[in-house]
Amino acid sequence: MKTTDNSGDVRLSGISKTYGSFTAVHPLDLTVPQGSFFALLGASGCGKTTTLRMIAGLEEPSSGTVRLGDQDVTALPPYKRPVNTVFQSYALFPHLDVFENVAFGLRRRGIKSVKKQVEDMLELVQLGEQARKKPHQLSGGQQQRVAVARALINHPQVLLLDEPLGALDLKLRRQMQLELKRIQTEVGITFVHVTHDQEEAMTMADTVAVMNAGRVEQLGAPTDLYENPQTTFVANFLGTSNLIEAEVGTRSGDDIVLEAGGGKLVLPAARCSAPTTAGGRLLVGVRPEKISLTHADDAGEIPEGRNRVTGRIADASFIGVSTQYVIDSPVCPELDVYVQNIERDSRLVPGAEVVLHWNPAHTFGLDAAQDIDAGLEEEAA
Amino acid sequence: MSTLTEAPPPPSPTVTDKKAPRRRGRFTPYWLLLPGMLWLIVFFALPMIYQASTSVQTGSLEEGYRVTWHFATYWHALADYWPQFLRSVAYAASATVLCLLLGYPLAYLIAFRAGRWRNLIMILVIAPFFTSFLIRTLAWKTILADGGPVVGALNTLHVLDVTSWLGWTAGDRVLATPLAVVCGLTYNFLPFMILPLYTSLERIDGRLHEAAGDLYAKPWTTFRKVTFPLSMPGVVSGTLLTFIPAAGDYVNAELLGSTDTRMIGNVIQTQFLRILDYPTAAALSFILMAAILLMVTVYIRRSGTEDLV
Repeated sequence: MKTTDNSGDVRLSGISKTYGSFTAVHPLDLTVPQGSFFALLGASGCGKTTTLRMIAGLEEPSSGTVRLGDQDVTALPPYKRPVNTVFQSYALFPHLDVFENVAFGLRRRGIKSVKKQVEDMLELVQLGEQARKKPHQLSGGQQQRVAVARALINHPQVLLLDEPLGALDLKLRRQMQLELKRIQTEVGITFVHVTHDQEEAMTMADTVAVMNAGRVEQLGAPTDLYENPQTTFVANFLGTSNLIEAEVGTRSGDDIVLEAGGGKLVLPAARCSAPTTAGGRLLVGVRPEKISLTHADDAGEIPEGRNRVTGRIADASFIGVSTQYVIDSPVCPELDVYVQNIERDSRLVPGAEVVLHWNPAHTFGLDAAQDIDAGLEEEAA
Repeated sequence: MSTLTEAPPPPSPTVTDKKAPRRRGRFTPYWLLLPGMLWLIVFFALPMIYQASTSVQTGSLEEGYRVTWHFATYWHALADYWPQFLRSVAYAASATVLCLLLGYPLAYLIAFRAGRWRNLIMILVIAPFFTSFLIRTLAWKTILADGGPVVGALNTLHVLDVTSWLGWTAGDRVLATPLAVVCGLTYNFLPFMILPLYTSLERIDGRLHEAAGDLYAKPWTTFRKVTFPLSMPGVVSGTLLTFIPAAGDYVNAELLGSTDTRMIGNVIQTQFLRILDYPTAAALSFILMAAILLMVTVYIRRSGTEDLV
C-alpha cells in the first residue's frame, strides 16, 4: 500500500444537496484518506446514499466541491471520474455474461486485450468457473461478487459501495463482509461504503461516519464511536445505551459527580461531550454489557468506587451466551443489562431486588437538551 | 398451455368422497381451454381448411367449383403477381423502418424522460384508434392532396425533385405514388411499433444506465451497448406487429395509391370480390402467409431475442 500517495483521498467541502425545499444533505466537509475503508452509516433517508452518489457523479451537488486527490471532479460526468460504484442490488447487465460484465469498463476505455485481466479478476472473487453464465443464472452472493469485480477491474482511485450486501441473507452477508475486507486489504483502494447496518459498518470500516437527517453526527473509529458517543442518536443507533437523566453536582479532580434518583454517579470529565455547570442537567450513559448485576442481599460485596443504581428485575431473557435483563429502577424505568452466562446467580429472576454497578470509566455524558430517544426507531427498522 | 394440462390434480379434501373431486380436478384444465379452443376451431381452423381446399379447386362460378388438387393455381398466381408480392414486401419493410425511426425516440421519451407527461403522451399515441382506420386514411388523402399545403411546401423545398428522381413520387404529385402509400402505412401502424417498444424500454432498470455511465460509457455508448440491446424484444415485436399487417394491407394502396402501387392485398381483394376467382385469391393468401412466416422465422432467428430476459 502506498502511504504517501494521496491520489485516492476523497475531499468533500461544503457539499450539499437540496430537492426543492427538502434538504437531503446539509453542507458537509469530509475527508476520506487514501487506502482507508470508510463507512457512511445511517438509517434510510439520512443522506448517506445521496452523498455517495455525489462522489460518483450520479447526483449533482447543490453546493460545494468534490475532490479526488488534487483533482476537482465536481463538474465531471460519471464516465470521466476515476471512481467506480457497486450498486445496490448490483445493476448487472442482464444481456451480457459474467465475463462481458466485468470487461465492460475496460472495453469502454478502449483496452483491447482484456482476457487476462478479466480472468485474474474473476479469480480474485472466486468466479473463474462462472465466466460464461448470465447474471440471472447466479446466486445473490455470486452476483454481488460480479458487481465488485466489474468495478474493481478498472483500478478506480475510489470504490463506492451502495448497500452492497443489503440483498443477501444474514449468513452470506457476514461472509461477504470478511471477503470485501480481504479484497480491500489486498488491492489497497479507498473504499467508501454506505450501509444502514451498524454491525456491518463496525466490522468492516476503519472509520465510520454516522449520518442523521442530512448531517454527520459523529465520525471516528468504530470502537471510539461505540465507547464514546457524542450524541443520543449515536448512543442509541450504534448498539444499545442506557441513558439516565442526572443533575450535575460537584467536581472532584477529573471526575464529575452527578445526582440521579437520590444516588450519586461519577463521570470522567473527559468523557462528557456537553458543557457542565453545577445544577445543570446531563444525560449519563452506560452500555448494557458494562453493567454487573448483584443481588441486593450481597450489596456489601460490591467494591468501592463503582457507580451503583438499585432496581428490580422486570424481565430476563436467556439467549445463550448471555442473559438480557430489563431492570426497573428509580433513576430510569427500563435499564438494559447484559450479563455473560459464566456463573449464573439463580436468585436473579424477575421480581428480585438488585444493585447495578459499573466502573465509572465506562460512563459517558451527553447534552440533556437532545431527544433522549433519537436513533431508537431507526435501529429497529 | 402444456403446463396447464400437465398440472397435477389437487389433493382431495375428504377421504370418503375421494374419487369425485379428483376426477373433476383432472378435467378442469380442459374445461378452461374449451371456449378458446372452440372459438379458434370455428373462426380460424375451419376457415383455413376451407380456404386451403378452395385454393386447389377448379371450375367456374356458373358450374360451381370442385376440388381437383390443381396445384398449378399456386404457380400461376406467383408467376402473374410476383411484382405485387415484391412491392408489398418493399412497402411494408419501408414503413416498418420508418415506424422504427419515428417510434423509437418517442417510446424512449415516454419511458425515460416524459415524467408527469407520460400518460398524456400515451393517450395521444393511442387516440387515433378512436376513429376508424378508413376515415384516418381518407384524411391523408386530403393532407397529401395536389396543390395542398404539404405538397406545396415539399415543392418549394425541392424535396419532390429528389423523391421524383428516386421514383417515390411523380412530378409534383404525392398522392397516388409509392411515397403516399408508405406514408399511410407508416401512420396507420406507428402505434403498434410504439407500444411494444415502450413496454420493453420501460422495463429497463434505470440503474443500468447509471452503471454504464459509472463504467466509462458515454451516453451514446450506453445507448448502443445497454439500452438498445435490452430493448430488442420490443424492437422485434414492434417490427413484427408493423410488418405483418402492413404486408397484407390493401386500404392504404387503394386510397392513397394508383394502379402502379398495387400491393398483394389489393390483388387478393380484387380476385375475391370483383373477378370472383376464388382459387387464385385463396392461393395468393396462402403464398403471402407462407412468405411472411418464412421471413419472420428467419428474422427472429437472426435477431437472437430468445436469449434475452
